[in-house]
Amino acid sequence: MSTVNLRSSANGLLAGYDRGGFYCEITGTDGHSAPHTAAIRAWLDRTRLPTLRRRARDCERELYSLGITFTVYSDRDAIDRVLPFDVIPRPIAPAEWRTLERGLVQRVTAINQFLRDVYGPGRIFKDGIVPEELVTQNDNYRPEMAAVDIPFDSFVNICGVDLVRDGTGAFCVLEDNARTPSGVSYVIENRHLMQRAFPDMMEGVGIRPVSEYGMRLRDALAEMAPKEVLDPQIVLMSPGVFNSAYFEHIFLAREMGVPLVEGRDLVIDDGLVYMKTSGGRRRVDVIYRRIGDDFMDPEVFRPESMLGVPGIMEVYRKGRVALANAVGTGVADDKAVYAYMPRIIKYYLDQDPIIPNVETHICREKDALQYTLDHMAELVVKPVGESGGYGVVVGPRSSAAEIEACRAQLVADPENFISQPMVELSVCPTLTEAGTEPRHVDLRPFLITGRSTWVLPGGLTRVALKKGSLIVNSSQGGGTKDTWVLE
Amino acid sequence: MSSLLARFAENLFWMARYMERAENLARILDVNESFARDSSGAQDWGPMVQLHNDDTAFSKQYKQATSDSVVNYYVIDRKNPNSIAYSVWAARENARSLRHLISIEVWSQLNVFYEFVRGLKPRDLRLAALSPLCQVIKEGCQLHTGIIEGTTYRDQGWTFYQLGKLIERADQTTRLLDIKYHRLLPQASDIGSAIDVSQWNALLRSAAAYHGYRRVHPSAMTPATVAGFILLRREFPRSVTACTRAIRNRLDELARDPDLAGVRLDLGPLQDLEGLVSVTIKEAIDQGLHEHLDKIQIALHSLANALAAVYFDAEEALQAQSQSQSQAMG
Repeated sequence: MSTVNLRSSANGLLAGYDRGGFYCEITGTDGHSAPHTAAIRAWLDRTRLPTLRRRARDCERELYSLGITFTVYSDRDAIDRVLPFDVIPRPIAPAEWRTLERGLVQRVTAINQFLRDVYGPGRIFKDGIVPEELVTQNDNYRPEMAAVDIPFDSFVNICGVDLVRDGTGAFCVLEDNARTPSGVSYVIENRHLMQRAFPDMMEGVGIRPVSEYGMRLRDALAEMAPKEVLDPQIVLMSPGVFNSAYFEHIFLAREMGVPLVEGRDLVIDDGLVYMKTSGGRRRVDVIYRRIGDDFMDPEVFRPESMLGVPGIMEVYRKGRVALANAVGTGVADDKAVYAYMPRIIKYYLDQDPIIPNVETHICREKDALQYTLDHMAELVVKPVGESGGYGVVVGPRSSAAEIEACRAQLVADPENFISQPMVELSVCPTLTEAGTEPRHVDLRPFLITGRSTWVLPGGLTRVALKKGSLIVNSSQGGGTKDTWVLE
Repeated sequence: MSSLLARFAENLFWMARYMERAENLARILDVNESFARDSSGAQDWGPMVQLHNDDTAFSKQYKQATSDSVVNYYVIDRKNPNSIAYSVWAARENARSLRHLISIEVWSQLNVFYEFVRGLKPRDLRLAALSPLCQVIKEGCQLHTGIIEGTTYRDQGWTFYQLGKLIERADQTTRLLDIKYHRLLPQASDIGSAIDVSQWNALLRSAAAYHGYRRVHPSAMTPATVAGFILLRREFPRSVTACTRAIRNRLDELARDPDLAGVRLDLGPLQDLEGLVSVTIKEAIDQGLHEHLDKIQIALHSLANALAAVYFDAEEALQAQSQSQSQAMG
């Protein structure tokens, strides 16, 4: 069977496809032809490029009219743009997914225990596993959270973990998103779109469903409600229609059947949170907030914030309203803390990480610093305090002068840096101007945690649409794909 | 438990108003060609501008009320809050805030319709193309109404949507009648001429009233019977009487809603409105039809304000409520 599937039809979409030496999500590697993708490869083989192009165009139009868009504002015109969608799916083998699932649950469990400890007894500091100042000096550390009671110690109710494959095809964690991870709406909408537009491609392929996300999220949020509340009022709190993720806020509110509120719709009275309804005030018990900690309460954090609710932190600290995610989770998805994550997992769970980190050298440690200084030309050096790729020096793509400048900084202030090898990232066949070509992809699975943790099968596959690019962010030419966890 | 945010109640009310307004504008423009033509065949587009009290704003932008300038002003001019382009834009902006509450079909259709209207260029508005264009716009609005009817969950939000639509519709009907009635009153020279009847036809058709009217008045066509039909005929869905009766039913629903038990609407404007449609057309004409229509517009305006004060501004309503409670206790 494998010999048949290895040979691509001369006119099919995989004819002449060359994965360029990278691990391919559909064709695998030489010698390992990813048997789980046989049905998808067969479909690609019997489909012609013009057909795929036409159907891809139809998809784009449909996304637009359904309003599955992000909004760019200019003047008073609101321009809705479609996030580029690639119609060739990214499959994941059942066994591989089972391992990932276990690894993800392990990770979020450790993160939650870490947060309980950090905003509580601080054992991990006293035992010398993580340096205390690394956490307490962090911009995202919220001393206001000290000893605040959180149901089930579930600080991170919604978590997104960015995974990539290395050159050998093994998954590893690139980053944790423990504050307000976004993208889950595209996972579900992409699936619905594929079901409408490519029923023939799905024929005979068992795919784990993703539609129950909203229900799962609602249930977990209800579990977080103050104990005395029997039928909790849940709301989703958005910064408003100008936010680029507004579509996702609409989507989630609709999926959960809860009101989509803004700060101006909420008011604090007598130690409780209320929303302003057509019939007057109604109590709110759980808030899934899609705004950052520092905007939540102008009385505690940024005084200029117009998006939050003055006084809400006081109500929250007393346990009379639940916020998801909890305030202060930003210390868990920090780059510096990331480097310690394998040790954090070991410390709290006494287990080795099921999904490894990208190999990371913590330059505040002597041996790691020496290794980094010795291998600068091969490594990526990252300052821990920065985000968005700022200050990152990519050894293999830097001049000798840039490397020397970086070396000087490293020696002067080693605590501010980590280093990692260049990660190759796997590729997936993608429809491009030039036909079907390999493009790099990552994967962001989503986890929901209330009383226990549930993992959405698959997650958001982001694809770098530019040839050779490793940057999958939508702001920099990235698109998405449907992710198929196979049965 | 009610969880309709006051803000969304207001958005629903206005989404409905703006879509109803767009439809009425298309109706009026559609028949205006025959309307505007006098007995010598020359056209006068001035009344279209007077209809919406837009004389001042219009003359700031355009020298003359020609077919080009008027059609431009009412179809694609986004600066004019009484244009189709503005109405559809505003309806969509309200819908944008409501997207988690309205059905996906409603948003999708409005989105596509908005793109169509936004893409209209002056060359699409040529006189010869005007009637088919109005037809398309009207159908876009009617499609919206149909999708709303077939997909909307019947809760308070539905009621606020219907109230917005009914108030706007009644208001548009009075405006249409107000400006045309005086134009259509027979001049000594016109009596018996063909133009007379064709203008009556146009008025009735612009309000989708022609066939209904013919059933009730198969032979007669006088200013009073036409005005009476458009204004007061209970079975005619755009009459002020029909709208008023429907508004009464909707407000009764709100009054019975246990979620809204804490707030009370001032029913004064509705009672005024009911009084104004309980006259005969002869009484209205004898007292001055223009003044009568003015009073209806004022009552509709007060009703909209009363709704806004109670349901769309929950905080103020709450204060009023606690005030009224403390008064009751005192």
